[in-house]
Amino acid sequence: MTNLDTETNLDRADTRVRHDQGIAGAVRAFFDRVRSGDLGMLPVIVGLIVITLVFATLNPVFLLPNNLVNLLFDAAAVGLISLGVVCVLLLGEIDLSIGSMSGLASAITGVIWVNVGLPLPLAIAGAVAAGVLTGLVYGTLLNRFGMPSFVSTLSGLLALLGLQLYILGPTGSINLPFSSSLVRFGQVMVMPAWMSYLLALVPGLLIIASGLRTMRRRVHANLTPGSRSVLYLRAGLLTVALLGAAFYLNQGRGVPYMFGLFVLFVVAMDYALTRTQWGRSMFAVGGNREAARRSGIDVRRIRLSAFVLCSSFAALGGVFSAARLASSSQQAGAGDVNLNAIAAAVIGGTSLFGGRGSAWSALLGVLVIQAISNGLTLLNLSSSLRYMITGAVLAIAVIVDSLARQSRASHGRA
Amino acid sequence: MDQTSESRPERGELILRLRDVSKQFGAVTALSDIELDIHAGEVVALVGDNGAGKSTLVKVLAGVHAPTSGSIEFMGKPVNLSGPGTALELGIATVFQDLALCENLDVVANLFLGHEVGPWALDEVAMEVRAWRLLKELAARIPSVREPVASLSGGQRQTVAIARSLLLDPKIIMLDEPTAALGVAQTAEVLNLIERVRDRGHGVILISHNMEDVRAVADRIVVLRLGRNNGEFTPASSHQDLVAAITGASENSVSRRAARKAQPAEV
Repeated sequence: MTNLDTETNLDRADTRVRHDQGIAGAVRAFFDRVRSGDLGMLPVIVGLIVITLVFATLNPVFLLPNNLVNLLFDAAAVGLISLGVVCVLLLGEIDLSIGSMSGLASAITGVIWVNVGLPLPLAIAGAVAAGVLTGLVYGTLLNRFGMPSFVSTLSGLLALLGLQLYILGPTGSINLPFSSSLVRFGQVMVMPAWMSYLLALVPGLLIIASGLRTMRRRVHANLTPGSRSVLYLRAGLLTVALLGAAFYLNQGRGVPYMFGLFVLFVVAMDYALTRTQWGRSMFAVGGNREAARRSGIDVRRIRLSAFVLCSSFAALGGVFSAARLASSSQQAGAGDVNLNAIAAAVIGGTSLFGGRGSAWSALLGVLVIQAISNGLTLLNLSSSLRYMITGAVLAIAVIVDSLARQSRASHGRA
Repeated sequence: MDQTSESRPERGELILRLRDVSKQFGAVTALSDIELDIHAGEVVALVGDNGAGKSTLVKVLAGVHAPTSGSIEFMGKPVNLSGPGTALELGIATVFQDLALCENLDVVANLFLGHEVGPWALDEVAMEVRAWRLLKELAARIPSVREPVASLSGGQRQTVAIARSLLLDPKIIMLDEPTAALGVAQTAEVLNLIERVRDRGHGVILISHNMEDVRAVADRIVVLRLGRNNGEFTPASSHQDLVAAITGASENSVSRRAARKAQPAEV
């Protein structure tokens, strides 16, 4: 990319700054960023590759297409819950009751749909409404009474679990009909091959289209447009990777609709977080609450929206997991769901300290978590070992987050 | 600053009028019966010793603290500055001493925080262009508007904070110690900037401990002492009168020091 402008661009007036151009420049900027502690998605991608290599050597079944399809089916529910966790983590808050919330949502779905006999959409709506309500309660507790989310959601964990056991009644378990669309959605429904390939092309095309449009507008506004080759390279690599993944999965059963829907939610959330005023406000409140307040941002409303989103996604994740397990039981949402969802968000690169993160961390993080759990199951390891290893991975992720934060601070990056 | 307000007040028109404004923090009276008038196109310097209540008054006007009693009239109408949002909407912009920037966001995001272009589809290009224009107008030296604010120096952050306050074309801009952290050239730039803002018909409230800066740009100097009005001066008033009003006596540590310095010369 050469600029033939005789006058300097608006953003190139300061001669003290090195401006990286082209592919080599992009690579150099990337290494600069990583060295200063701005790791982004790097740890999780490295982690994913290491995990894949380890499990593939220990048990070749791990890499078989059908196992990966199973992995994606499993990942969707926890992934959705994790997507909600990203929202509260961005504010530097936490929700510890997501597991119970998902369990309650699964119970509500079972009770309304199977026991009461109302239509399925109504049952799902009821479950999500319970999530919205729970989020409103947490947000209000924080806004009105200054109750730390750590405490309010910890008490919520117990209260929601109690409610789940209460509405399930003495039998404690509701089986969902196998022939129903919900269970088929959670267990067997996959996209036709042509559809998966078509969808694999969309992100690359969107990147190029929006990238070129931005470039034109930047040139028009006398700003440096950025490198076209970098844009094509990024879009190309992404398209090749997606097509390859789609091809490989289609050797097995194919790409699950449930996972596709999850990715759709991630994309929507990413847009909301990076391209809307609401998303900007989320980052601002997470970065410096007082500054956000003085800029006229309604901090209370932002907090409320984050908690509502978190609990709603947890509820929807509960519906997904009910579909996956074909039952609503007392065990739903118990055990390691809570930890897995939070761990996925943190492993994916969303900071526990607020103000840093991305919707994509839910997707990448949940893939890591599910790969570990799936791989350990294939090795016939008991859940005791699985818990210990997942716990260790979460600890490592938080350590990486803390170290990167210190490094960023010493390199003058937030 | 290329955004024109639909109702710019006439020069000299009374914009802000405070009567008997008091603020108590528990047993402590930070402000008591403060009176203050701000007109369009004038720079009013607010001076006083530490603990005189300057910052508290700024926070009351910015909507950060609610006054305990008293009335605030804005453009002739009594207003209730219930929150920072209300103050901003009315057209009272503030640059706080602790600049209140989000370190994790870049310069553009900080400038437009809470007032982004395109709430549902942020127009990054338009915002970046406007950011560069604004910074250029202030002759600011910011290396890149796409760097997080954490990587900027103190003076650069001050510039970003001032630029942000001007973004909405406010009627009154309050600057709390704007030159405290700045170098010589940047201080001059900020003073130039204050005059430019005044010439555009904004009211400016300047808070500073630096009498040189105050005399350089202020049209009126309002002295606060221990949370009360303690006189009003013009830049032409003598230094002694001003210091006496600030410290509360003609016989004070500053005058004693001056006298001591003067004595050897006479002998």
